[in-house]
Amino acid sequence: MTTRTLTCIGCPLGCTLHVSLEDGRVVSVTGNTCKKGDDYARKECVHPARTVTGTVRISGGRLPVCSVKTAQEVPKEKIFEVAAAFARLEAVAPVSIGDVLLHDVAGTGADVIATRNVAQKTA
Amino acid sequence: MYDAVIVGAGVIGCAIARELSRYSLKLCVAEKNEDVCTGTSKANSAIVHAGFDAVPGTRKARFNVEGSRMMEALSHTLDFSYRRNGALVLCFDEADRVHLQELYHRGIVNGVEGLEILDKEALHAMEPAVTQEAAAALYAPSSGIVCPFGLTIALAENAFENGAEFRMNCQVQSLRRAGDHFVLVTDQGELESRAVINAAGVYGDVLHNEICAETLRIVPRKGEYCLLDRRDGTLVDHTIFQLPGKLGKGILVTPTVHGNLLLGPTAADQDAREGTNTTAAGLANAIDKAQRSVPHLPMRDVITSFAGLRAHIAGGDDDFVLQQSAPGFYEAIGIESPGLTAAPAIGVYMAQLVAEGMGLVKKEHFTETRRSIVNPRELSFEARQALISRDPAYGHIICRCEQISEGEIRDAIRRPLGARSLDGVKRRVRAGMGRCQGGFCSPRVMELLSREWNEPMTELTKSGGESYLVVGLTKEEL
Amino acid sequence: METYDIVIVGGGPAGLAAAIAAKRAGTERLLILERDSELGGILNQCIHNGFGLHTFGEELTGPEYAERYIRQVRELEIPCLLNTMVLDISPDRVLTVAGRDGGLRQIAARAVILAMGCRERPRGALNIPGYRPAGIYSAGTAQRLVNMEGYMPGREVVILGSGDIGLIMARRMSLEGAHVKLVAEVLPYSGGLKRNISQCLDDFGIPLKLSHTVVDIDGRERLRGVTLAEVDENRRPIPGTEEYIPCDTLLLSVGLLPENELSASAGVALDSVTGGPVVTESLLTSVPGVFACGNVLHVHDLVDYVSEEAARAGENAADYVRQGEQPEEANVRLAGKKGVRYTVPQLLDVRHMPEQLTVRFRVGQPYRDVTLCVWFNETCFRRIRKRVMAPGEMEQFLLRRADLPDDLHTITFTVEEDAK
Repeated sequence: MTTRTLTCIGCPLGCTLHVSLEDGRVVSVTGNTCKKGDDYARKECVHPARTVTGTVRISGGRLPVCSVKTAQEVPKEKIFEVAAAFARLEAVAPVSIGDVLLHDVAGTGADVIATRNVAQKTA
Repeated sequence: MYDAVIVGAGVIGCAIARELSRYSLKLCVAEKNEDVCTGTSKANSAIVHAGFDAVPGTRKARFNVEGSRMMEALSHTLDFSYRRNGALVLCFDEADRVHLQELYHRGIVNGVEGLEILDKEALHAMEPAVTQEAAAALYAPSSGIVCPFGLTIALAENAFENGAEFRMNCQVQSLRRAGDHFVLVTDQGELESRAVINAAGVYGDVLHNEICAETLRIVPRKGEYCLLDRRDGTLVDHTIFQLPGKLGKGILVTPTVHGNLLLGPTAADQDAREGTNTTAAGLANAIDKAQRSVPHLPMRDVITSFAGLRAHIAGGDDDFVLQQSAPGFYEAIGIESPGLTAAPAIGVYMAQLVAEGMGLVKKEHFTETRRSIVNPRELSFEARQALISRDPAYGHIICRCEQISEGEIRDAIRRPLGARSLDGVKRRVRAGMGRCQGGFCSPRVMELLSREWNEPMTELTKSGGESYLVVGLTKEEL
Repeated sequence: METYDIVIVGGGPAGLAAAIAAKRAGTERLLILERDSELGGILNQCIHNGFGLHTFGEELTGPEYAERYIRQVRELEIPCLLNTMVLDISPDRVLTVAGRDGGLRQIAARAVILAMGCRERPRGALNIPGYRPAGIYSAGTAQRLVNMEGYMPGREVVILGSGDIGLIMARRMSLEGAHVKLVAEVLPYSGGLKRNISQCLDDFGIPLKLSHTVVDIDGRERLRGVTLAEVDENRRPIPGTEEYIPCDTLLLSVGLLPENELSASAGVALDSVTGGPVVTESLLTSVPGVFACGNVLHVHDLVDYVSEEAARAGENAADYVRQGEQPEEANVRLAGKKGVRYTVPQLLDVRHMPEQLTVRFRVGQPYRDVTLCVWFNETCFRRIRKRVMAPGEMEQFLLRRADLPDDLHTITFTVEEDAK
């Protein structure tokens, strides 16, 4: 049995959560004031996930880089792999918000989508 | 083979270059840094001293007063900012009034005009923000403030226009005689010259000792300053001095020509010739002493602090060295305060010295005047509007705090001896000198530098050398 | 001279929301003035998540949030001038404006909405001693370079200031290949959201050094290192605790300052605590017809509140244009005391107050298990138990007009700590 301590990020209270784990499964959560804390603790200890935001290079656009994000959360341990995938990607202008620039980034099943519009560079 | 090489493109080197360029000669100014005005000339009090402080009979006194008299006219001829705002030297004790009187008499002997000793009432009528502790003050109406970058760059540009060559990133590694001329080993290879003029600032002794048997030692004397926001620029109108001490004129509180409030300098000797770092103790000292003159200084409005090094000759007679020290080897060194003030006069004197020594002949044609980069803010609304219609770049504001336009920054880069770095642009048009200290405009100025010099952003520097602004593209390390 | 009904200075989130609200309230001649080459303001470089939870019920990135408003501005056909800077605003609402296209001109406005946002406090304002090498950036400038120009400010990074911008940049720099060595914070607590501590520092193993500051900067041309020192309860460096940290980049996240140069030139009275204009419940400043909203009024944490506040400013400006100048008798003063640093608004004219008014305020230090007291004149009107309040989290209180007594002259917010 192992215990993990984390700070809940659900609201400004920032409760200190104590989570007991056995064989990678959550046995108990204490220290939370509400259900959000309980949910967060369980997820964070077993399947921590993050939305990764960043930029990709874009050619032919009014800007040299375009901001992007993963369309859904990806496993936390894959963050740098996703960032490396962003680094290998090059989009082509014009790009619109929501355009899928890459499917299944780093084997996470998540799409990489543009979060801004980049118009084509005028001469 | 040059006729003369001036070592150092500070205000002294540029002043000499400008005056020498009246003569027919192959002239070169060799500067170790990437731009003119990067040493002592860019980090000083920017005061055009009246001349009461210098000891009568010294070169400091003579050239101070001459320079002070020349400055206003020169500011019109060469188009740099200057304002005769007057100075007040405070005395905090009736017992010290005798020292004020000493200064007064010194001033009279030196030829300073308009000096007057004011009593407490008159002092406070003139400057209500000055401390109530002040018992009396020496008033010197001929004291002024100047833009030190403006002055130096103006001299350099005018010298260049009149045929002087400038080599930047050209440090003189060694100097030797070779028959009837000199060989300078520099970063850019060997230069040969019939004469060498030493205007090398805090390195003046290094160059001197290459040639002269009687060696010198220059002690860099650090002065630290704090600059306050322009909203405090009218707290005082005159330059407020305290009675001078052993190491110098002491801390002053002064408006600048750009409307900021400046306090400093301290005075601390050190060895490091490139040690222009400020220190916690030095800044605290500057602020503490300044508060004595003007209590309740709004220090929360500080926007930046900096330090400058003055070239003080150790064990000398505490005076400028302006002479031909050896055949063909001329020197203008040990130029500490009142060096900036004296510069125009030193330029004239040294040029004459060199011209006589070398038998130079005056040119038929010399371009006397020089126009600065246009300042749209000084134009009338209609004139500014017309300027922007003709050239829309003047309507595109890049530096928000100082309202500097793309047109001015482009001019600063494109002019002869144009800016190659962020600081070079800053010194020419003030972009980055405002309250956000370049936070907003730096990326945009960098883009302009990149475009104009056709250099990638990764090659751009803050001030030459290794001061790269960005280290590469994002993601390179992933 | 061109005349507009309402001119909005700034096309960031505040300006956009204000313009949209004014248009929907029926104002005809509107104009948004934006100095950058696109609308969106600072949101364009805030490519991280966390925007829009309150407004749209979704978690959006900055540019996505901005786009929601930019789309409305286009649909409503509100005119915008980009690459255009306001140089001056006169007390009678004549704006002097400069841009590449359009040149230099003057524009008259029946009402003006100030939405210029804020700027970052630079190194110089902290008077950090040392050299002045390349490699020192405010976090926002670095953010722009990284997120919009694609350049790395440096590779070995120290961040001073644990406010959200510093924390966000710790993550950004790491994800772009830099090594962020630590975040130093002069206070004994972080000013940023817990979520950012977790997702920007903990996730990346970046240490947070509270009660530490930078006391010296090394490197003549490019930054070579900084000296970190621990500070005491008065934020003074403790001798002997100095530690040299080699690095080539120092990012500063040491405070945001509302950008009120134009406001001052228009004669707008400023609040010395917020750095922004003193405003009434209508977000009206001391100059008739001039309104303020967003970060220029007081620095916000959540863009959702900016949009809400700005919409109110837009509606009020629209009313002002429609009804003309109303005699203002903003004779109720709102203030924060004993733990509450400031309130916005600072003045209230009860007759112009809507049924409900959101008063926003900040505390000056972190609190746990305290009571927020709301006073009407000398009487305590309400006591609210608060588990937690922090300087980095703007608070709000809903004032109901029906609750206000007739002889009201002051409303004060205070913090009462529990007796020990």
